[in-house]
Amino acid sequence: MARITASIYTSHVPAIGAAIDHGKTGEPYWQLVFKGYDFSKQWMREHKPDVIFLVYNDHATAFSLEIIPTFAIGTAAEFKVADEGWGPRPVPDVIGHPELAAHIAQSVIQDDFDLTIVNKMDVDHGLTVPLSLMCGQPQAWPCPVIPFAVNVVQYPVPSGRRCFMLGQAIRKAIESFDPPLNVQIWGTGGMSHQLQGPRAGLINKEFDKRFLDMLIADPAHLANMPHIEYVREAGSEGIELVMWLIARGAMADVNGGKPPRVAHRFYHVPASNTAVGHLILENT
Amino acid sequence: MALDKPYKDVPGTTIFDAEQSRLGYHLNQFCMSLMKPENRARFKGNERAYLDEWPMTEEQKQAVLALDLNRCIALGGNIYFLSKLGATRGKSFQQMAGSMTGLSEEEYRKMMVEGGRPIEGNRYIGEKR
Repeated sequence: MARITASIYTSHVPAIGAAIDHGKTGEPYWQLVFKGYDFSKQWMREHKPDVIFLVYNDHATAFSLEIIPTFAIGTAAEFKVADEGWGPRPVPDVIGHPELAAHIAQSVIQDDFDLTIVNKMDVDHGLTVPLSLMCGQPQAWPCPVIPFAVNVVQYPVPSGRRCFMLGQAIRKAIESFDPPLNVQIWGTGGMSHQLQGPRAGLINKEFDKRFLDMLIADPAHLANMPHIEYVREAGSEGIELVMWLIARGAMADVNGGKPPRVAHRFYHVPASNTAVGHLILENT
Repeated sequence: MALDKPYKDVPGTTIFDAEQSRLGYHLNQFCMSLMKPENRARFKGNERAYLDEWPMTEEQKQAVLALDLNRCIALGGNIYFLSKLGATRGKSFQQMAGSMTGLSEEEYRKMMVEGGRPIEGNRYIGEKR
C-alpha cells in the first residue's frame, strides 16, 4: 500500500524563483534565504519520494475569474509551466501521476469533499518555486507531482478546519492505493505577507513563530483559527497558510499515530514582500 | 440580511470577496489577457485602444493607464490579476506592492529588509500606535 512518509512546508514567493532563474542565489540578500534550504536539498536526495502531492494556490494563472474552484486536483499526465506575464520560468514541465490522482479524487469525493477534477492546467510559481527550493535546478523533477490547487484568491476561502479535515481524507485515500508508493505531501504559501493596499509589506514574526510551533505540536487547535485572524495578524495574503493545514492533516499522528519528527525548521524575513517559513516533518 | 464581513476594519486592506470580484470582473479579465505575449505587444503598442476593447468603466481604464494600483483595487481589481499588468509594464512584485504604500521604492525595500511593516498599530482602523 502507498504511504505518506513526510510533509514539507514552504513559502512560494515568486521572487525566489526569479532569483534562481537569473543566477542571483549567491547575492548576500538571497544567500540568507537559500541557506535555509541547503539541508532540505540534501534531505530530498536522501529521501526521494515516488510521488509528491503538492498543495498550492493558483495565482490567477490557470484559473481566471471565469471559474473559481475551491479545491482542484490535477489528474493529467503532464502540466506545462505557465507564462505569468514575465514569460514561463525556465524549469522542467511537471509530470503528473494520473492513476494515484484519480484514486484520490474518487476516495476524497466519496468522503464529502467536492473536488474539481482538472485534466488540463498550467502550473505557476505556487507549484514550481517549492520544487526549485527543494530540488535545485535539475533537468527533470525527481518524481511525478500531483498538483492540488486551493482557492485563496477570492473570499471566502476554505477554512483552516476544513483544510485540516481534507488532509485527513487525503491520507486515507493515499493509504488505500495498492502500489507501495512513498508519497510526500507538501503545503505551500505564506507566511505573513500583504501585497496590496497601504498596509502592504506587513510582517508578523510573532504570529509566524506561533503558527510554526502550533502546526508542529497542536494542529487540531490551530485549525480552529478563523480567517479574520490570518488577515489581521498575518496580512491579506497570509491566508495562504490554511494550505499548510491540508498537509499537516495528512500526517500519521492526526489519525492516532506517533508525533512527527521535526527534521528541519527555518524562518527568515524577507524574501521580497514576504516572510519565508519552512518545515520538514517526518512520519516516524 | 447583511453577510458577516469582519475584515472591513483592517486598515489599508481591501479583501477581494465576491462583491469586489463582481465589480472588477472585466478589469481582472483584461489583466489576465496580458499573459499572452501577443496581447502584451498589442497593449504596449496602444494601451488606450486595447483597453477600449474591454467593457470596463472609464474610471477603471484611467486607473490602469496611471498604473494606480490602489485605485484599481478599489474598483474591483485583485493583486494577482494586476500583477500581469505590472509585469507588462516591467514592474516586479515588490515595486508593485511598494507603489501602494506611499513609500519610495528604496524606502519600501529598506522597510522589508529591516523586518517589514510592524503589526503593532496596524490591526484595526483608527488604532493608536
